[in-house]
Amino acid sequence: MAIYIDEKTKVLVQGITGNQGAFHTKQMLAYGTRVVAGTSPGKGGQEVEGVPVFDTAEEAVEARGANASVIFVPAAFAKDTIFDAIDNGIKTVVAITEGIPVHDAMEIMAFARAHEAVVIGPNTFGVISPGKCKIGIMPNQIYAPGKVGVVARSGTLSYEIAASLTQAGLGQTTVVGMGGDRVVGLSFIDVLKRFQADPETEGVVLIGEIGGRAEEEAAEYIKGMTKPVVAYLAGKAAPPGKRMGHAGAIIERGRGTFDSKVKALEAGGAAVADLPWQVPELLKGRLASAKAGGGETAATRNGNGHGEAGKKKGKK
Amino acid sequence: MKLYEYLAKEILGKSGIPTPPGRVAMNPDEVAAVAAEIGAPVAIKAQILAGGRGKAGGIRFADHPEQARAVAKEMFGADLKGFKIDRLLVEKKLKIENELYVGVAVDGAAKLPLLIASAQGGMSIEEVPEKAIVKRPIDITWGLYPYTAREVVRRLGLTGTPAKKVAEVLVKLYRVFRAYDAELVEINPLIIAAGEGPGKEEVIAADARLNVDDYALFRHKELPVIDEGTALEKKVKAIGLAYVELDGDIAVMANGAGMAMATLDILSRYGGRPANFLDAGGGASVEPTAQAIDVLVATKPKAILINIFGGITRCDDVAKAILWVKQNRGIPVPLVVRLVGTNEAEGVRLLQEAGLNAYRSLDEAAAKVVAAAGGAK
Repeated sequence: MAIYIDEKTKVLVQGITGNQGAFHTKQMLAYGTRVVAGTSPGKGGQEVEGVPVFDTAEEAVEARGANASVIFVPAAFAKDTIFDAIDNGIKTVVAITEGIPVHDAMEIMAFARAHEAVVIGPNTFGVISPGKCKIGIMPNQIYAPGKVGVVARSGTLSYEIAASLTQAGLGQTTVVGMGGDRVVGLSFIDVLKRFQADPETEGVVLIGEIGGRAEEEAAEYIKGMTKPVVAYLAGKAAPPGKRMGHAGAIIERGRGTFDSKVKALEAGGAAVADLPWQVPELLKGRLASAKAGGGETAATRNGNGHGEAGKKKGKK
Repeated sequence: MKLYEYLAKEILGKSGIPTPPGRVAMNPDEVAAVAAEIGAPVAIKAQILAGGRGKAGGIRFADHPEQARAVAKEMFGADLKGFKIDRLLVEKKLKIENELYVGVAVDGAAKLPLLIASAQGGMSIEEVPEKAIVKRPIDITWGLYPYTAREVVRRLGLTGTPAKKVAEVLVKLYRVFRAYDAELVEINPLIIAAGEGPGKEEVIAADARLNVDDYALFRHKELPVIDEGTALEKKVKAIGLAYVELDGDIAVMANGAGMAMATLDILSRYGGRPANFLDAGGGASVEPTAQAIDVLVATKPKAILINIFGGITRCDDVAKAILWVKQNRGIPVPLVVRLVGTNEAEGVRLLQEAGLNAYRSLDEAAAKVVAAAGGAK
C-alpha cells in the first residue's frame, strides 16, 4: 500500500495553463499519474496535454471525478485556489507554490482542518508512490517501488537520498515532501503515523534540517514505532541567526540546533546518518535487525546510529 | 521585513494603542526641536533593527533640548550592534510603574497565531521563566475575542482599570498582526503608569517590534522598503535566489535549500570553510544560473563548488551557464562541479569540451574543492 496517493488517485492540476503547470502535467502523465482535469479561470474549454481545462474546481470534480489536486498558481492566488478545491470535496491538496504569505497558509490549514482535508506543502516538491502515482515536480527516474517510506522537508536533498536508496535496491512505498515553509499542512508525526500503519512500509527515512522543533517532536513519536527509522539532518555547519533558504531553517536563541535534534532522534531510537549516502547502509542494518528482533519498538532497540556511521567513516 | 520601532509605533498608534508622545529625527537639530516641542525630559532611542539596544547604550536621556542635541551628536553615526545609527526616536520620558510583555507570533507547529503575554516585561521574553508566560493559540477563522483577552489578562494578575485597558490593547494588537501580515508583533514593555490616580491608570506601548512577512509585502505597498542584508545579499535577492554570506573562503552554489545546507556540512567535514550559501532554486534555467555563478565569482573566493542534483534543473543548462560565465566574465579561481541527474551526460560532455571536469560524487567534489582552496583549516 501507499500513503496519501495511489493508482486510483484522480488528479486535478490547478494552474494547468501556466508554464510550470503545463510542463509538470506532461511529466506526471508520463509517469502514469491519472491527471483527469485542470483549472485556469477564463480558460475553460481548452486542453493541455489532452487534459480538459475548466474554470472552476466544481466542474472538474463533477465532470471528471477529481479527488486530489496539485497547485501551481502564483502565491497571491493560492489561498483562493486551495479553498476552491477543498470546498468542492477534494481531500488531498498538494501545494507546490512557493512564497505563499504565512497568514494565508494559516487560513488554508484552518479551512483544511474544518473540511478534514490534507494539505501537503506549501513549497513542497510533492508526493510520489513509485510505480503508482506522482503528484509534484520531482524527477521521474530516481524512484522505484519498494518498502521504504521517506518523509522530507527539502526537495533536492530528498532526491539525492531517494536516488541512493533506489541504487542500493531499497525501493519506496511513498515519498512525502512536507514543504519548506514555516506553516505547512503536515508534520513529521502525521506522516510517520501513516507509515507506521501502512502494512507495506517496513522502514522509514526522515530527512530534516535545523530550525524549529519538528524533529524533536518526531523523535518522541518514533519511540513508540515498531518500524526502524533512519534520519539525515542538514544544517550542521549553519551559523545561528542566518535563515538558510527555508523559512524555518534558522537557529534562533539556541533552539533548533543540529545537536539537539540528533540527540533527540537517537534517544527516540532512530539512527542518524552523518552523510546522505550512508542512509541506505544504515537502513539495511536496521531492517535486518528489526526482522531478527520482531515487533519491538525503536526505543527498546539499542545502538547509536550516529556512532555506527562515525565508526565506518573512521575505517575508510 | 523588520520595521523600525518608530514605524511600528506609528502603526500601533493608528490602531488605537497609546504610545508615548514623540517623533523620529534624522539630525541633532531635529532632535532638539522635537525635545522642545514635546517637553523634556526626553528619551533618545537609536533606531536599529536589532534587539538588546538598551543594554548596548542605544537609549539615552536628556533634561532639556540643548542636552538632547548634545546627546544626539554623540549618537548619530555611532556603531551599535553592527548598525550605524542614522535616525533617533525622541520621546517623552515615561514614569514606569509596571512593565508587561504582550505579543502575537506565528506558531508553526499549531499553524495558528499565538498570543503571548507576561507580567514580567522589560526584558527579552526568552529570559522570562516559562511559568510566568501566558500563551494562547487563536483560532484564525474567528480571531481574538475580548473575552479571551480578559482571560489572559486575569492570568497576568491584573484587575480594575489596568486589566480593562490591557485587554483592549491585546485585541487591537491582534488586529495589527492580521492587518499587516505580521510574523511577529510585540510590545515590550507595555507599561502601566499611575496616570491621574487610582482608576485612571494609563497603559502605554514603550517599545514595539513589528516583523512583516516578506511573502506578503506585495499587498503592503503602504510600508517603506527596509532591507537589512548586505549589498551582495540584496543583489542576489533581486535575482530571486536565496543567498547567505558566511565567513569562509569557498563559494558554494547548490540547487535547493536542503541540498545547499548539506553541501556546507560536507565541506565543513573536510575542513573547508564556506564563504556563502547560494540556493539556485529548483528548476533554474541558464540565465539565472549564470547570474548566480557571476555573483559567486564576485565574492572573490579561493575556490568555487557547484553542486547540482538535476531533477527539474537540467544539467546541460547548468553546464551552459558555467561556460557562459567562463567565456564572458572569466572564472579566475579553481572551480569544482558536481553534476548528476537530468541530462547529466550532455552537461558533462559540454564541460569536458571546455576542459572542465565534473564529479558524480559529492564526497569527491568536496574533498577536491577544499584542497583547491588550500586544504583543511
